[in-house]
Amino acid sequence: MSVNGNLTAAPAANAPAAEWKPRIVAFCCNWCSYAGADLAGSSRLAYPADVKIIRVPCSCRVNPMFILKAFERGADGVILCGCHPGDCHYSTGNYYTRRRMALLFSMLDYIGVERGRTRVEWVSAAEGARFSKVMNDFVAKIRELGENVKVGDLRCKE
Amino acid sequence: MHRIGVFVCWCGSNIAATVDVERVVAEAKVQPGVVFAQDYQYMCSEAGQNIIKDAIRTHALTGVVVCSCSPRMHEATFRKAASLAGLNPYMVEIANIREHCSWIHKDKEEGTEKACVLMRAAVAKVTLNVPLKAGESKVVKRALVIGGGIAGIQTALDIADAGFPVDIVEKNATIGGRMAQLDKTFPTLDCSSCILTPKMVEAKANENIRLITYAEVEEVSGFVGSFKAKIRKKARFVKEDVCTGCGVCMSKCPSKKGLNEFNMGLNNRSAIYIPFAQAIPNVAVIDKEQCIKLKTGKCGLCEKVCTAGAIDYTQQDEFIEEEYGAIVMATGFRPIDASKFDEYSYSTCKDVVTSLELERIMNAAGPTGGVLLRPSDGKHPHSIVFIQCVGSRDVSGRGKPYCSKICCMYTAKHAMLIRDKYPDVEVHVFYIDVRTPGKNFDEFYRRAAEQYDVDYIKGQVGKVYEENGQLVVRGVDLISNEQIVLNADMVVLATAIEPDPTARKVANMLTASIDTNDFITEAHPKLRPVESPTAGIFLSGVCQGPKDIPETVSQAGAAASKVIGLLAKDKLTTNPCVAHSDELLCNGCSCCEKVCPYGAISYDTKLINDHGVKENRRVATVNEALCQGCGACTVVCPSGAMDLKGFSNKQIMAEVDAICL
Amino acid sequence: MQMSEKDVAALVKEISGSDVKKCMKCGKCSATCPAYGEMRFHPHQFVSMVARGRVEELLKDPTVTRCLSCFACVERCPRGVEPANVVAAIRVLAEREQEGSNISPADVPKLVAGDPEIPQQALVSAFRKYRK
Repeated sequence: MSVNGNLTAAPAANAPAAEWKPRIVAFCCNWCSYAGADLAGSSRLAYPADVKIIRVPCSCRVNPMFILKAFERGADGVILCGCHPGDCHYSTGNYYTRRRMALLFSMLDYIGVERGRTRVEWVSAAEGARFSKVMNDFVAKIRELGENVKVGDLRCKE
Repeated sequence: MHRIGVFVCWCGSNIAATVDVERVVAEAKVQPGVVFAQDYQYMCSEAGQNIIKDAIRTHALTGVVVCSCSPRMHEATFRKAASLAGLNPYMVEIANIREHCSWIHKDKEEGTEKACVLMRAAVAKVTLNVPLKAGESKVVKRALVIGGGIAGIQTALDIADAGFPVDIVEKNATIGGRMAQLDKTFPTLDCSSCILTPKMVEAKANENIRLITYAEVEEVSGFVGSFKAKIRKKARFVKEDVCTGCGVCMSKCPSKKGLNEFNMGLNNRSAIYIPFAQAIPNVAVIDKEQCIKLKTGKCGLCEKVCTAGAIDYTQQDEFIEEEYGAIVMATGFRPIDASKFDEYSYSTCKDVVTSLELERIMNAAGPTGGVLLRPSDGKHPHSIVFIQCVGSRDVSGRGKPYCSKICCMYTAKHAMLIRDKYPDVEVHVFYIDVRTPGKNFDEFYRRAAEQYDVDYIKGQVGKVYEENGQLVVRGVDLISNEQIVLNADMVVLATAIEPDPTARKVANMLTASIDTNDFITEAHPKLRPVESPTAGIFLSGVCQGPKDIPETVSQAGAAASKVIGLLAKDKLTTNPCVAHSDELLCNGCSCCEKVCPYGAISYDTKLINDHGVKENRRVATVNEALCQGCGACTVVCPSGAMDLKGFSNKQIMAEVDAICL
Repeated sequence: MQMSEKDVAALVKEISGSDVKKCMKCGKCSATCPAYGEMRFHPHQFVSMVARGRVEELLKDPTVTRCLSCFACVERCPRGVEPANVVAAIRVLAEREQEGSNISPADVPKLVAGDPEIPQQALVSAFRKYRK
């Protein structure tokens, strides 16, 4: 995106313009979504390599700080996957997630990180196909949005 | 100083085909803190594990990263190897470069790059790992079985045989379940009661088994090894220990309009009743909706005729609270409601019955005394049409998308039994597919068709209707490609089966996961078929998926052996990845206490030494035995005092950093 | 442009909005059909024919018009295949496939000369009625 192009520091001035690859962080809960991702793997259901998964015990373990940190470090999209409502291994964790993320995402939108760059999805351990589909959709969306704005920490001067 | 070892697995060609493992090793060697990196064909093999153990010893490693398959697969293996070599097992992290990388990417360059990133994230995390020690929790040596059908009975018998006490909670007044309602069983045609009732008696007689009938589980808390359950024992209005089961009350009871559930409502029963002759416990129960005394205060006949003095109209629901080490779900099934399929006229024509109703009609203890008579006028039918797949394999929303598995066989059984006993009765079976995978199953079906001359028609029935008092069936024969209209005296619907409606409630109580059809999900569809993903919860019978009696019994035995394995342990090691509060930072706000689903957080007033300032503060304390490590509390903590061991804020941030590098 | 039989079958699927692959060949549509005897091809047959791309014969068969459009087959199909919609699509296509338009461009001057009041709309409709 040209608007952000001047804000994003180029790695090196003389480096050849490599194809832009989005950086996408996926937080997956251990009981449903991480297992769903495993099933997508064992079923060989491809999704782009841009997605990197971090395992958390429950989607409610994801502190909004982690997502802000990811954007600060240059992530182009963050997706959070948990068990379907009612199926949380810890009974109620995903309900907290849902409410927390509703607030966080609207704040992110407000500061200029488009709504499409963040997402909460419910993927069960049996939904390998769904996991792959969700990731393909999400990556396509991020590619469409292009590079993210740089969310920086004002205290850290370059 | 960190001394980290990175081990990259080829997994044969599973990983090595799409990930350049040597490049991952080279990349690992330049990561900060990494002092050793090596690849090997099968890290999980004994030789592979030895490489890790040797490296831990020779290089004095403080942390290990294994780049291999999913941690759900081999995390435990590698942690055990590390601990054998003297490293704390929680200093091992897995980078999942198989399921999350090599298996889903085709391009080797892309795969290798991603594997490097995943390795980097794991290294970043492991540098922040701290040694953890798994705690221990007790195992209550008692099991709870929810459901007293053949699945529950068999599971309980097997657990009891191993010497552990078991409680069976059954919502009906007797154990026995669906199998007690069946007449004969396929493919051997032995009498269902004759093989079931001895097991029911055995369950009653076994001193390790306590039968809690006419009761439902109300609440469950706790976790594997020590669940706490609250069981509501509904008022029977009959003292269970006094009633002799003589049945005089039943014959004298003036209210005889209650539908007999055991006979699928085909006849009536008295308000005070024993469900069936072989009921266990053989104790009467009063239906309070039907009892004149309980409704109007007048009558009391049963009390007068009861010589044992067992009747007690003032009885109230009782609650039993008990601790259990393991819980088995055996909640069973019911046939779906056939009235949703009005093209078959089930709700309007009495002679259209479901297979389970036919089962009662054929049974000697049933409403007709075992004589095949049609319900409308009690006459002998001369032509019977069976319709298979009523509501099974149906995605229209009226039925169930799955195959109910047992209908082909019981329909063949019914057809054969009728042709055997009443050779004058014409039997037609409309089928879509006849599915008979099972020992001696296909032979059985062929016997029905060949020896007993049952007319199998490939096609479905579109409509069943009554015309001048005659049932007419319009169907199609897809082989001869003609529409056929048959007159029938009776129509039997092979209705789909669905999980008992209590299954969802029970599963929610146990936090056991459930699928879209309300069947309970197993921990692994192939390798852990009798366990729920929730530790300490086991599955027995149809609550997990449609199955016949031999399959149910084998699954019941399998569930029992898993329970026995659990109860045989004296202690369970608990997950050390639990929440922990930093007392210096805690401001005593109680936010964490409110979100904890386990009640694991409490507040104590403690003397805190805050950099020389000593004061009494109200601070959070985590009960490590109760904490399950979800992390909900860590996010609500406004002062950052609460953190989760093994998944600390710093560790996850480090992973984020490494991925976004 | 001449379409292949397979393309026409695809068009039938598109127009009908029906996924014929979902059919599990139970025959309930034919069992339920009140016009079964009137039609050369019965509901389960034309679902199968469309699924296998064999639509030429169907398009030529005049008895497809005997379907009553009572939708009993749609109502009762356990797989949501909607055979009646398949028949409707066949009919629409059969109509479109008819040879020749009502008029040719060469007829226009003559028609206009014959009746100067002829609505332009009528001429346009007469052209666009058929595909060939």
